[in-house]
Amino acid sequence: MSLAVEQLAVSFDGSPALAGVELEVAAGERLAVLGPSGSGKSTLLRAIAGLQRPDAGRVVLDGRDLAGVPTHERGIGLMFQDGVLFPHRNVEGNVAFGLRMQGMPRGERAGRVARVLELVGLSGFERRSTTNLSGGERQRVALARALAPEPRVLLLDEPLGSLDGPLRERLLRDLEALFERLRLTVVLVTHDVGEAFAIGDRVAVFRDGRVVQAAQPDELWARPVDAWTARFLGIRNVREREGRTVVIRPEAVRVERGEGAVVLLAERRGPVVRLRVRLDGGDELDAVTTALEHPRRGDRVAVEIDPAGVFEIDAAPEAG
Amino acid sequence: MDGRRAALIAAAALPAAFVALFFAYPLAAILERGLTEDGGFELPWDVLGAHSTLELLWFTTWQAAASTLATLAFGLPLAWVVSRFSFPGRSLVRALVLVPFVLPTVVVATAFLAVLPAGSERGLLPILAAHVFFNTAVVVRIVSSYWSRLDPRLWHAAASLGAGPARRLREVTLPVLAPPLTAAAALTFLFCFTSFGVILILGGPGRATLETEIYNQAARAFDLRAAAALSLLQLAAVALVLVVSAATERRLGGAVPLAPEQDALRRPRGAERVAVAGVLGVSALLLGLPLAALVDRSLDGPRGYGLGFYRALGDETASLLVPPWHAVLNSVLFACAATAVALAVGGLAAAAIATRGAPWLDALVMLPLGASAVMLGFGFVIAFDDPPLDLRGSAWLVPVVQALVAAPFVVRIVAPSLRSIDEALREAAAVLGASPARVWREVDLPLVLRAVGVAAGFAFAISLGEFGATVFVARADWPTVPVAIFSFLGRPGAVNAGQAAALSVVLMALTTVVVLAADRVTVRRGSL
Repeated sequence: MSLAVEQLAVSFDGSPALAGVELEVAAGERLAVLGPSGSGKSTLLRAIAGLQRPDAGRVVLDGRDLAGVPTHERGIGLMFQDGVLFPHRNVEGNVAFGLRMQGMPRGERAGRVARVLELVGLSGFERRSTTNLSGGERQRVALARALAPEPRVLLLDEPLGSLDGPLRERLLRDLEALFERLRLTVVLVTHDVGEAFAIGDRVAVFRDGRVVQAAQPDELWARPVDAWTARFLGIRNVREREGRTVVIRPEAVRVERGEGAVVLLAERRGPVVRLRVRLDGGDELDAVTTALEHPRRGDRVAVEIDPAGVFEIDAAPEAG
Repeated sequence: MDGRRAALIAAAALPAAFVALFFAYPLAAILERGLTEDGGFELPWDVLGAHSTLELLWFTTWQAAASTLATLAFGLPLAWVVSRFSFPGRSLVRALVLVPFVLPTVVVATAFLAVLPAGSERGLLPILAAHVFFNTAVVVRIVSSYWSRLDPRLWHAAASLGAGPARRLREVTLPVLAPPLTAAAALTFLFCFTSFGVILILGGPGRATLETEIYNQAARAFDLRAAAALSLLQLAAVALVLVVSAATERRLGGAVPLAPEQDALRRPRGAERVAVAGVLGVSALLLGLPLAALVDRSLDGPRGYGLGFYRALGDETASLLVPPWHAVLNSVLFACAATAVALAVGGLAAAAIATRGAPWLDALVMLPLGASAVMLGFGFVIAFDDPPLDLRGSAWLVPVVQALVAAPFVVRIVAPSLRSIDEALREAAAVLGASPARVWREVDLPLVLRAVGVAAGFAFAISLGEFGATVFVARADWPTVPVAIFSFLGRPGAVNAGQAAALSVVLMALTTVVVLAADRVTVRRGSL
């Protein structure tokens, strides 16, 4: 099922939340919408699901304009940010809800619920009350509930938003594997670069109610469209010189013992060490190293830049 | 969403029409009686300016103020115990404290008569005691529902900043509890200000409030103009109380960190154990004593201890046109009808209010609560006694007026419950394929069912015990239990007093069972 969003606009009390969004998602494709909080990502999902009426533009599903089709007839699944499980129903009652709405006979429902629960790793949870679930389990039930009616498109609003640590990591891996297996058409909204890159076949970077760049993760990392996007993706070495914008990827900055710069910061993030150095000329640069023996804060170092990791952004940073 | 708008208007129409016909129209009739003389507009200064009226207003006000202070003094220690500590039977205590509140005023007055030593003076003290008995529930429930969810780290923070226990009470607890305290005090004051059955039965001669005097003028002296004038004074006073308390609550209201209840509760330690046990013991004694005395009086028959008075409920009596047990049947029938009407009117009003479309309806449906039952009854009598609406003698007036008294409670219980349903739940249901009507059935209805059950229990209990309005409209051959009890109490002799006590026990048992059952049944169904 392919989904297209054309010139979609929504504003609240005069201030635009969506300002002419253009998106296309091919059948079976997974699109991650990546943007800072407050950039209108959730509003985009709500408009696609029919929970928010757009001021302008269209949502087209398989060539059919969805304007005038109410939410409950769209066949689009939505997993809410914090689950929004029905408190008056147990796990089975939540997962079977959409099936009941479709009029599926009771006998078939139980089988489907069991299969979906197994899919999300919650086999045997049918009778559990939703109030006694952990955060991760709640999210899994919410996912199962959205998956059970086999929606034509699945929308996910910050599915890992309220989780942290290893739990978040595990559910992320599970989502990846699940989507790979089901070949679902998915739109996932997140503010987390890692999450977007892990799940999205393509990533659409969202800023102030519009898409500034949509590309595959490697392409996005290699060629961010503007300085803001580069910084948002985590590349802080952005220089603006004589009207030109130059980006130096941190992995292209090599730091060795020597002279010419001082280490401002050195912190280990798992297998890599992130460094921040100040050149004697005054410029600051980010660098990463995988070395076990790395420079410490205050050390004098020499900095060498691999030209392959330096590129120039042609377009001036977009306004707005 | 035009469909939603149409549904809202439809939901608001029935309660609005009901209130217009059965509240606004009688009120207009009262205004007409009170403010016109020989066809022209004239303020009833002769009534309002009379020395006796000023005395009446003064006594009404200060007995309400004294009752409120006494209720706070009695209720706050109990609120403290159930708010801060976990102990076995805590939820039972919270449930039991509600029982006196739902008991009919006539029953409570009869119970306090039974406590008074024979031949002792009726007067102020029994009135205060009865008011404390009723309104302790108001203080405990309102204050503790807030207090028990206050984040205990507030006190920890104050303590770590160097505040001792007394200082913490003054600087943290009292300011933070000011809004619920004000709300509870205002509500208690309002209930005592418009108290009717208690004053009428326990006050004795010479102890009259505005409310009882309206009844006296209308039902005994037949001076309808004076009754109307006093009603207007009463309405103005009640409106003043409501406005002042709303303004105070708004001024005091502020964001306070709330925690889940189980986090805020802890087991009492050391001296606290003694304090908790003491407060619970004294409260149980003072709240239980009148009821025990009532049961004792009902069993203390002329031919020795036993069920004599209860057996006599089936016999003809000089006090009533029908055997007393007819009154029990009437009361149950009327209460069923009144509950159905109150649920329909109050439920629809709550739905309209909760969708944020009709705030005016909130005030409209709450009005009868402030207007006092006696005023409603009096308004009914003068409004529906001639064409176009000659309903005089219609038995239907009883459930209608009772529904009018109960509907505001239904709104107050159901509307917050509807409002607390997260909009995201409705959206989740829609995304899963539920049409708007299906969303209502699958999400709103189940989540609000418990509140509706509680509201139904309350409405039934209120209708069963309603006295102030019912006494005006009940027909002599269709008495309700409170009216029958009042008839018995109005006649001398131990037999009449015993019959009144027996009927009171029956009414008390009915009320308690209904309220507790409504709570129970809906809890079980809601947990599915």
